[in-house]
Formats: sequence, structure tokens, C-alpha cells
Amino acid sequence: MRKYILKRLLLVIPTLFGAAALVFIMLRLIPGDICEIRMSGDGGYFDQRALDQCREDSGTNLPMMTQFINFIWGLMRFDFGTSMWTGQPVLTEIALRFELSLQVAIMATIIGVIIAIPLGTISAVKQNTWIDYVVRAFSIAGIATPSFWLGILIILGLLMSTQYVLGTPWMPPITYKPIWEAPLYNLSMLIWPTVATGYRYSAVVTRMTRSALLEVLREDYVRTARAKGLWEKVIIRKHALKNALLPVVTIVGMEFAFLMGGLAVTEQVFNLNGVGKLFVDSVLNNDYTMTQSLVMLVVMIFVMVNFLVDICYAWMDPRIRYS
Amino acid sequence: MPALLEVDNLHTQFDTSAGTVRAVDGIAYTVDEGETVGIVGESGCGKSVGALSILRLIPDPPGRIASGSIRFDGQDLLALSDADIRAVRGGQIAMVFQEPMTSLNPVLTIGQQLCEGMQLHLKIGADAAQARAVELLDMVGISEAARRLQQYPHHLSGGMRQRVMIALALSCKPKLIIADEPTTALDVTIQAQILELMRDLTQRFGVALIIITHNLGVVARYAQRVNVMYAGKIVESGTATDIYHRPVHPYTLGLLRSIPRMDRPRGERLIPINGQPPDLTQEITGCAYRPRCGFATDQCARETPKLETVATGHATACFEKAQLERLLKVAS
Repeated sequence: MRKYILKRLLLVIPTLFGAAALVFIMLRLIPGDICEIRMSGDGGYFDQRALDQCREDSGTNLPMMTQFINFIWGLMRFDFGTSMWTGQPVLTEIALRFELSLQVAIMATIIGVIIAIPLGTISAVKQNTWIDYVVRAFSIAGIATPSFWLGILIILGLLMSTQYVLGTPWMPPITYKPIWEAPLYNLSMLIWPTVATGYRYSAVVTRMTRSALLEVLREDYVRTARAKGLWEKVIIRKHALKNALLPVVTIVGMEFAFLMGGLAVTEQVFNLNGVGKLFVDSVLNNDYTMTQSLVMLVVMIFVMVNFLVDICYAWMDPRIRYS
Repeated sequence: MPALLEVDNLHTQFDTSAGTVRAVDGIAYTVDEGETVGIVGESGCGKSVGALSILRLIPDPPGRIASGSIRFDGQDLLALSDADIRAVRGGQIAMVFQEPMTSLNPVLTIGQQLCEGMQLHLKIGADAAQARAVELLDMVGISEAARRLQQYPHHLSGGMRQRVMIALALSCKPKLIIADEPTTALDVTIQAQILELMRDLTQRFGVALIIITHNLGVVARYAQRVNVMYAGKIVESGTATDIYHRPVHPYTLGLLRSIPRMDRPRGERLIPINGQPPDLTQEITGCAYRPRCGFATDQCARETPKLETVATGHATACFEKAQLERLLKVAS
């Protein structure tokens, strides 16, 4: 087991390096750089000398190779540099938003999994009954509904219902406070985007649980368990779910990693200052250092989540543990 | 004394998009206490479905037991409540399945899988179950039994897994074990070992055994009585000697002539049974074996033959049984 973990950890290095090279090249392929964008803000005329000065300050005048080596060297020392747009250290900028995004992602995962695994199980066990149809309709709707649109509906619903009940419309707060400082305030702000994204999340996981469980329930060993005279509940919990949850864990991991960097539009709808919004802004501004660091962050999250999923696999399935 | 198991006029059907498949179409047989009964037939003749019907393990839908009765040890199995049939499953009737590679749960240890049934049916504690599991594994010839309990199925070979399945079947002291093609997936050398083991243990504990197989050799050697199935019906039943040496159904005869035998001249050619088994989604009028049969007459197309006794304990469902008997006499 220890050897397995070590092997997996070593494999992370080439993955990170590849991602770093890719994002570096792709950013440089976008026409224009941060200085042109900054200077052309009002009207399109700018001074060539100011531009040169700006490029010198931001380091974009250096040869590509030097820039790349600096970038990699920085990564290796966990020095991500300063944002080309705000001049603040990249880490400070990200840390400001990371907490919020992480909280939404974790809450959405909890909501998603808590709803999805029982729903998917019931749906598989009661296959082709009305319960199954209701669950399937619920999950198809969840996959088909964009989170941001659901977000808009939630905000509208909140405004209209509070207007009706309280007489004045109530909006969730828009300035972020950490949950340990103001738990109620924090939750009243973040529960809505959590629901908006958690619905899709639980829909995906429900479908996965259902189809994986249906598959497992046809396996010979489930028939063996039935032939032993076990209770159906025990068969599902002990014999079937443990096998069926393997692919579900993968989906949960992927969705979580996706939430950590992919919530740009939903964050916009709820006016949240999260990682997704920072991502979009930094790309629009051609803020090389910020975009590169954010991509590396998301890659790191994906790699870490995948690693955890693999560990989970090995823990759940003894066949993987020993091979 | 009534038989331990009485299957009567059992019909098991599957509703498919192509129509209703009459997988088991009115079979009747009995199994006495401690007796070994063979059920023989080619793939798709309904022998496994018939066996799964006994424990009501047919997936429903699409399958269902349409009619018939199954009496076991004074109980009507088809009328039992879900809780009562669960007590029968594993506790009074145990099964050994065809595929040892997939019949054990890959994520649970051998010990977990052996003990859960015993704790349920024998109402013993975890420690007692553990101790009995070690004994059982020892009995089925698995070395280092105590260590094996901690292992997972993928640590064991196919033959070993089938031994575990046999230990599992015996674990709750059942009165009947149904072995559904227990050796089909194993090497020939292992097959004999597994069958010997099953015979020894069932004799030792006085457990009745139903062996379902397509292998006539297995049946001849291990079963006292044999039922030959074709297209969902029993076409001939009798003692193993009857079936092997005095077959009076053209299908049984065909099966015997299509396999090599040690007691026949070496140069003799095997005679295959031509054609395919019938499509069970279609209603069959007359004898189902007629299209492949060399003895068929007009009567076979009009009427369905019923099982009729030709000698004590020997019955066949064939209108031409007299002709077959004559032929046999000439041959011997």
C-alpha cells in the first residue's frame, strides 16, 4: 500500500509539468498582452514608451524561454509571483477567493451525496415503478438545467416570496464573511449557490448510483447472497452498494474538482467573489501570472482529488489493493 | 413417507419483447431424503430455471412462476411469505452455482461471506460462526483454513472458490443442496475432485442433492435417479442405469450416441443430434423433439406425449417407446 501511494505521488510530477507547459504556451498564443490591454483601455491611443516600460516591469519583454524557466522555477519554490493586473501577490488574491469557493464546493458535495446515494439506491431497487420514474425525472431535469439559470430562478423566487410574506424583498448578503465569524450570515449567503450547483451535482451522482447498482444487482454474487436467505436490505447495503459505489466515488471526485474552478457563471449570478470569477477576469486581462497560477491550482486540485479517489478505490476494493 | 421435495406441474415463464418464453413447461419430479438426483439437458432447456424456481430466485420481472406446486418438507414453497422463504434459502435448501469466479462477492472476505449465513440461520454468535467456518473450510479440503477466512475471493483459484461455495452450502445444515452445473467452469481434473467432494459430504451428512448438468457422464456416476429435460419438459426419468443403458426416449438416446464412451469400440463414429432446439417463445404443438427425431410419426405432430411408465421407476414421454425398447433388445 505504501509503495502504491509513493508511485502515485511520483506520477504527479510529470502531470504538473505538462500542465504548466501547456498553459504557458496557450496564454502566449492569445493575441495582445496585459500591457496593450491596460493601455488601450480608453480610446486606443497609447505611448510606445509607456508600453515598453510596462512590458519591462511585468517581465513580458524577456525571451519566452527565460519567462518559462522563471515560471517553473517559481512553481518549484511555491513562489507564484505578483498579479500583473493588481500588483498584489497572486497567493493573496487567490486565498481571498479560495475560501468561498471551497466552502461552496464542499457544501454542494455534501448536499449532492446525501441526496444522491439514497435516491439512486431506491430508484435502482424499485426499478420501473413510479418511484423510479420520479427520481429519474428529477435527475434528468437536474442535468438539463444550467446552474446559473437555476440560480436566477432562486434569486427571483427569494425576492418574490419575501416580498409577498414580509412586505419587503430580501436579498442574500453579498459581502463574504467566513463561516466561523458569522455562521448564520455566511450560510444565508452561500446556501443559494450551493443549492443551484448541488442540484446538478446530485442529479449526476443519482444517475451514476442507479445505473451502477442496477448492474451490480444482476451479478452472480448478489444471487448467491439471495440464495443465502439474507434480508434484501442487507444484500443491498453489504453486498451490492460496496461494489456499486466504486464508479460513484470517481464521479463525486470529478464533480468536486470541477466546482473548485468552474463556477464562473454561477458566481457571477450570485455576485460572489470566488475563484471562478477571478479566473474569468484574469483571462480577460491577459494576466499571465494569475491565469497560470489559477490553472496550476485547478490542476493540483484535480490531481489531489484523483489521488484521493484512487486511495478510496484501493480501500474499497481489495483487488486493487494488492495488484 | 412423502418425498423431501416434490415439484409438480411447474411452469416458469419469462415475458420478453419477443413473447412469453416457456422456460419450464410443466415439470414434475421428486427428491427423497439423502438422495442424489440428476437433471440433464442441453443449454436453454430450462434446467437451471427449474432449479432457481425452487428457491423463488427467478428475477421477477421478467420471470414468474406461472403455475404448479413445490412442496418441500411439508411446506408449500410457492405459498410461503417472503420472510419464510428466506428462512428456507440457505437454511434448508442451499445452492452451489455454476460460476465460482463470479459467485463470491469480490469485496468481502471469505470469512464474512461464510459467517453471515450461519449467524442468520443457526442463530450463533460471530465467534462460533468463525470457528465453524474454519471447520467447514477444513472439511472441503482448503488448507490453512483460519488464514483463508481473512482472504478475498481473488486470492483463490476457481476450484478453491467452488470448495468455498460448497462449504457455504453446507454451512447451515440444509436438507437439500441444489448444484447448478457446479463443475462446468472448472478444469477436468478439478471437476472430478469437486464432484467426489460433494458426494462424500452429502453422504456423510445425509443431505439430498440435485445435480444439474449437461454432462451425462457426471450424472451416471453420481446420481441415483436422473431426469432428462428437453424444451422445458422432462422427457425421460429413471435410475442412472435405466438412462444410461436402457434409454427409451430418442433424445436420451441421441445424447448418449453423441458422446464418446469407454465401453464402445474405439473406431465408432459419434452421431450428433441434428438441428436446433425449438424456439420457446412459440407455442409448440405435438412433441418438441419431433423435428430432430428419427422416430417421429404423424401422431407426434398432433399430440404432446406425456410421461408414461415403462418399468418400475422408469418413465418416458414418447409415443414410439415400444419401438425403441425393441431396438434396445436387439442391440443387446
